[in-house]
Amino acid sequence: MIQIKDLHKSYHMGNNSLHVLKGINFDVKEGELVSIMGSSGSGKSTLLNILGMLDEADEGSYTLDTVPIKNLNEKIAANYRNKFLGFIFQSFNLINYKSALDNVALPLYYQGVARKERVERAMHYLDKVGLAPWSHHLPSELSGGQKQRVAIARALASDPKVLLADEPTGALDTKTSYEVMDLIQGINDEGKTILVVTHEHDIAQMTKRIVNLKDGVIIDDSFVEQVRASQYV
Amino acid sequence: MFDIERWQEIFETLSKNKLRTFLTGLSVASGIFILVILLGFSSGIQNGVTSQFEKDATNSISVWTGVTTKEYKGLNPGRRIQLKNQDFNDIVTKYDDNLEYKSAFYTIWGGLVNYKNESGNYRIQGVMPDNQFIENADIHQGRFINHSDVVGNKKVAVIGNKLSVDLFKGDNPIGKDISLYGINFKVVGVFFDPGGERDESKVMMPITTAQKAFNGGNDIRSMMYTVKMSDNFDEAVKLSEQVSLGIENDIKTTHIIAPDDISAIRVNNTLEEARKIYSLVDTIKAVFWFVGIGTIIAGVVGVGNIMLIIVKERTKEIGIRKALGAEPMSIVGMILQESVFVTMFSGLFGLVAGLALLEFVGPLIESDFIKYPQVDFNTALSTVFVLVFAGAIAGFIPAYRAARIKPIDALRDE
Repeated sequence: MIQIKDLHKSYHMGNNSLHVLKGINFDVKEGELVSIMGSSGSGKSTLLNILGMLDEADEGSYTLDTVPIKNLNEKIAANYRNKFLGFIFQSFNLINYKSALDNVALPLYYQGVARKERVERAMHYLDKVGLAPWSHHLPSELSGGQKQRVAIARALASDPKVLLADEPTGALDTKTSYEVMDLIQGINDEGKTILVVTHEHDIAQMTKRIVNLKDGVIIDDSFVEQVRASQYV
Repeated sequence: MFDIERWQEIFETLSKNKLRTFLTGLSVASGIFILVILLGFSSGIQNGVTSQFEKDATNSISVWTGVTTKEYKGLNPGRRIQLKNQDFNDIVTKYDDNLEYKSAFYTIWGGLVNYKNESGNYRIQGVMPDNQFIENADIHQGRFINHSDVVGNKKVAVIGNKLSVDLFKGDNPIGKDISLYGINFKVVGVFFDPGGERDESKVMMPITTAQKAFNGGNDIRSMMYTVKMSDNFDEAVKLSEQVSLGIENDIKTTHIIAPDDISAIRVNNTLEEARKIYSLVDTIKAVFWFVGIGTIIAGVVGVGNIMLIIVKERTKEIGIRKALGAEPMSIVGMILQESVFVTMFSGLFGLVAGLALLEFVGPLIESDFIKYPQVDFNTALSTVFVLVFAGAIAGFIPAYRAARIKPIDALRDE
C-alpha cells in the first residue's frame, strides 16, 4: 500500500539547515496497523506530514497504492488527500461552527457528493463511531473522546485507502484513549490500513507493528503481539 | 458561482458567524447609505438653487434707471433719468438678432385694487405680451396680455393667483371687473409664478393702458429682455454680457450720462449670476462627491480589513479544509463569494435605506435651498458595484494568501 525509499528531508532556516529525515525506507501492506514511535525531534511528525502530502520530501520516492507521489502541485495534492487519505489529529481539528454531522460530511462535499447522499453517508459513519444521537451537536458540546470519534468518522467518510493518525490519543485521558484505540482497532479489523504516530508505549502496543524513529532514521521496525484495547474498556 | 452546494455552504457559514457577517455588512451598508444621502442632498441643493433662480428667466437682462451722481457735459448731478418708449424700441431694433423676449414696464408699486367689497394693495404693472415668458408666469385660467390688448389700449388685466384668492374668494375671476383707482379693468387671466406669493400678488395690464390710465405718457419704468440661448453656455454668457454692456452704453449716450456713473442706470444680467450660481452648485457637487468617494474608499478599506481578519481567524479552518481535500481555488472562491455576497447584499440594503430616507424625509424638508433631494438610481447602483468589486479585490489578496497556507502550518495555528 505504501512504499517509501530513501526519503530525505531538510528544513532551512536562514543559514542553518536541519536534516530531519536521513534516508527512511519502509513499506506498509494493505490492512496493516502501524505505529510510528519516537521522541520529539525524531522526525516522526515530518514523516507523517510527507505521508499525508502536507509536506514534500527533498529526495527519495513515495508510492501510495501504486501511484507515485511526486511533483505535487496544490491542486493534485488536494485531490490525492481527498481520495487516498483520512486524517486524525491530536487536537481533533473539527470546524467549530459546524455540527458533528456537517463536519463528517465535509470531505464528501469536496468529493462533489450531493447533499442528500452526503448526509446519509455521514450519518452512517457517525453511527459507526456510536455518535448518531449527537449528530446535530456542535463540537463544543461534545467531550474530548466524542470529538475524536467525530474526527475518526470524518476521516472514514471519504473511504480513504490509508488513515493517518497524529497522536490521536494525545489530548485524551487513559480510559478515553483506550476507547478511541478500540475504535481504531475495529476499523483496522475491517481491513483499513492505519498509521498511528504516538509516543505512548501502551498505545503503540495496541498496533500490530512498531516503527521506532530516532534522529531521522529508523532504528527498529518490528511486528508485535497486538494488545486489544477492548479488554481495558 | 451558481453551484447550489457552494451557496448552501456559504449561507451556513454566514448564518453561523452572525457577528462577523453583521459587522462586515454594517460597514458596507453605512458607507453606501452615507453616499446616497450625500448625493441626495447635493442634488437637493442643486434643485433648490436652480428653482430659486428659475422664478424668472435665467437669461434675462433687466434695465432700470436712477439718479445721476456725476456731472457730465455741463449737466448737474442729481438728475433723474427717465426711460421713454423710444429707448425700448431703439434697443429692440438694434439688438433684435440677439434678443428673444422683450418687455417694457410701467409699474405702480402699491395700488389699491377693489373687487366688490374686497380690496387690497398690490403691485400694478403695465407689461408687454412677452413678459409671460420673462417672468416664467404660468397661466392658470384665461390668457395673458396679448398684442392686440397693447395696440388697442384695452382695459384688461391679468391677476396673480394671490389676488384671485384674496379678492375673489373662490369665485371665477375671469370676465369680472376689478377697479384700480376707480378705473375698471376686465380680468382676462390668472397666473401662477414660480417666484411664489410675492410675484403672484400683482396685477398686469397692457403697458399702453397703464401709461394712459396712470398718466405715464411715454414713460417707462424699466425694461427686460431675454437673450437667445446658444447651446454653449459660456458663449451665451459672453453674448449676454456684450448685449448688456451695449445697452448700458447706448442709454448713457442718449441720456447724456457720465460713462462711469453707476447709479444713473443699472443693467442686470442674470445669466452672469446664473453662471456663478451654477459654478457654486458644481463646487458643492464636487465636494459631496469627494466626501462620498472618500466614504467608499473607507468602506473598501474596511471590507479589506475585515477580510484580513476573517482569513486570519479562519486559518485553521482553511487548513482543515485543505487537509480534507479542498483545492486552493475552492478556498479562494469560497472566501470571495462570501465577501461579494455580503457586500452586495448589504450595499443594496444601504442603497435602499438611503433611497427610502430621501423618499420619505426629502419632502418634509422646508428650505428654499434644498428641494427634492434625490439620487440617480443608476449612479447609486454603480457605486454599489464599485464597492463590491473593490471589496472583492481587497478580499482576494488575503483569500489568495490563505489558500497558499500549507495545511500543516494552518493546523498548528491555535
